[in-house]
Amino acid sequence: MRHFAPALAASLLLPTLARAQDAAEGGGLDEMINTIFADYTGWYVAIIFANLPGTNFSWIALWLVVGAVVFSVYFGFIQFKGFLHSIRLVKGDYSDPNDAGEVSHFQALATALSGTVGLGNIAGVAVAVGIGGPGATFWMVIAGLFGMATKFTECTLGVKYRNEYPDGNVSGGPMYYMVKGFKERGLPGGKVFAVIFCIFTILGALGGGNMFQANQAHAQLSGVLGGYPGWITGVILAAVVFIVIVGGLKSIARVTEKVVPFMGIFYVLVSIVILLRNYDEIFWAFGQIFEGAFTGLGVAGGFTGALIQGFRRAAFSNEAGIGSAAIAHSAVRTKEPVTEGYVALLEPFIDTVVICTMTALVIVITGVLQQDPETGLYIWNAEAGRIATEGGVQGVELTSQAYAQAFSWFPPLLAISVVLFAFSTMLSWSYYGLKATTYLFGEGKVQELTFKIVFCLFIIVGAAASLGPVIDFSDAMLFSMAIVNIIALYFLMPIVRGELDSYVRRLRSGEITKYKGGDKVQPGVTPSE
Amino acid sequence: MASTHIVVGLDGSDAARRVIEFVKKEAGSMTDCQVTACFVIEWSPFTFQSAEVNEARHKRREEEIDVARDKVLDPAIEELREAGLSVEGHVAHGDAADILDRLAVEKGATQIIIGRLGQRNLAERIFGGVSGRLVAQSSVPVTIVP
Repeated sequence: MRHFAPALAASLLLPTLARAQDAAEGGGLDEMINTIFADYTGWYVAIIFANLPGTNFSWIALWLVVGAVVFSVYFGFIQFKGFLHSIRLVKGDYSDPNDAGEVSHFQALATALSGTVGLGNIAGVAVAVGIGGPGATFWMVIAGLFGMATKFTECTLGVKYRNEYPDGNVSGGPMYYMVKGFKERGLPGGKVFAVIFCIFTILGALGGGNMFQANQAHAQLSGVLGGYPGWITGVILAAVVFIVIVGGLKSIARVTEKVVPFMGIFYVLVSIVILLRNYDEIFWAFGQIFEGAFTGLGVAGGFTGALIQGFRRAAFSNEAGIGSAAIAHSAVRTKEPVTEGYVALLEPFIDTVVICTMTALVIVITGVLQQDPETGLYIWNAEAGRIATEGGVQGVELTSQAYAQAFSWFPPLLAISVVLFAFSTMLSWSYYGLKATTYLFGEGKVQELTFKIVFCLFIIVGAAASLGPVIDFSDAMLFSMAIVNIIALYFLMPIVRGELDSYVRRLRSGEITKYKGGDKVQPGVTPSE
Repeated sequence: MASTHIVVGLDGSDAARRVIEFVKKEAGSMTDCQVTACFVIEWSPFTFQSAEVNEARHKRREEEIDVARDKVLDPAIEELREAGLSVEGHVAHGDAADILDRLAVEKGATQIIIGRLGQRNLAERIFGGVSGRLVAQSSVPVTIVP
């Protein structure tokens, strides 16, 4: 997910927000909205992000991690046993040639990934490593590996219980498996779960999937171009999003679809080049990560400090358990829902285990985190609550500084990436929000248009104003989605188990075979008469 | 079972027009010739697209197949049948070179006939167009109608 916990976000955004506030003349209105929101929703935000007693570890992050561990154990560590099979599925080895032209496993995965890979991988990781030290990377990877099982569970259900309409369109997601799955298991309350989930999804889409993104995009743009009022960024972004989602201008969406994955790949390649240039220090960097994971290497809280940051980053980064991926994956064409579960488990792997780790390794290896040369411990800046860095930078600026050490041309490129990532996240979340809207209020032009217009207006609000409490509230909504969704997953996991067992049995017996390389090859044709 | 089987690749261009004329002349002179006319809709499973596109993909695919049939394949089949040939039609999504070759193998065809397209974009200049790739990988003789 492209946003971080509100406290971290607030500190990251402070300079921008201050700028935005200076610029926005309607500061009084901002304040009024802030106060109203804080009064009425503050208690809810406080509950969602409350720390476990005696720690600074929010219970919601533990909720996501515990869910991931339960699913991993329940499905016999499917993420390791089924990893190669997942890759074969994505390659299309098991795809029926007669389904050529339909949504492939690769396409469904790519769509879902473009909704998760982004800001969090660049800025969020820097926050985690900046506070938790290199050791946070270790725990982030561990949590990412467990999160793969959560994605497996929710995406299998998303495909199994999707709606296929007579006109051929498909709609899927947690709201559908909550209703149909609960009914199938004879459990009450499916509809209630679905309605609550949809309300959270709409609010989360407007906040974390929209206002926060607009705010970050403006932060980056004004950082590069010099301070200017946020509403300008907001109006431009809103206009572009409006043209795409209301005007139906597909060309902009198409360009984004192609540019964003390219940037993701480019980011990983640049990271690898930096690591190779520092090849003599790679073992040292891994040493720091392992040592830091169990000692903290000087960070506040030591071992637990590193663990908390890593777990939190992973849980918040790959959206495992939030339920959004189940919406994105459900359009795939397959007769076996569990195959999409296999494919979906690659998502946290790519997002967290690969991309987040790249950012973390580059930050560690380029030495932007200051270390005491004698003790080897990181220098703790107690006042700022994080490891000392040159110029005291953190978040996306820390990432930028680390990459700039190797390539001076990187920061402007990173700024462009952040804006585009924010834009593609908005497009993804406008879709999730729309699905929730039409689920609640029925399919129809009026409902869809209303949501889309509201969505665009919120972009301007998000970019222009410093609505901290509003953004906190919408973040809380995103994690509320995870509460409802994971409870539903616990109830429905026996169904996934049944699907998995049946699939594996047929795979072993040879009933399910590869198309590619076998003699079942057919060009996928339909006689014309 | 026809003694000769020809796979013909068609698209909506002028080249396809020339291919039809060529097939009429060539196949007309053979006895007992079966023709499979194939229209390939260029498609790859490895593209990046939005959730909205994915949602409507099934419907879109049906529409693409219908258009290919109505606009290109059915008129061509009719024309070839009027010329006295035995013809069946196929529409498929994928890589044209791959599909024509696989179809030829599957049907036990003795040759593939396609048209040469004049226009070339940069990618085709580098990697070769459909005709170039088909010639490079084909399992049966290929005739390219200029």
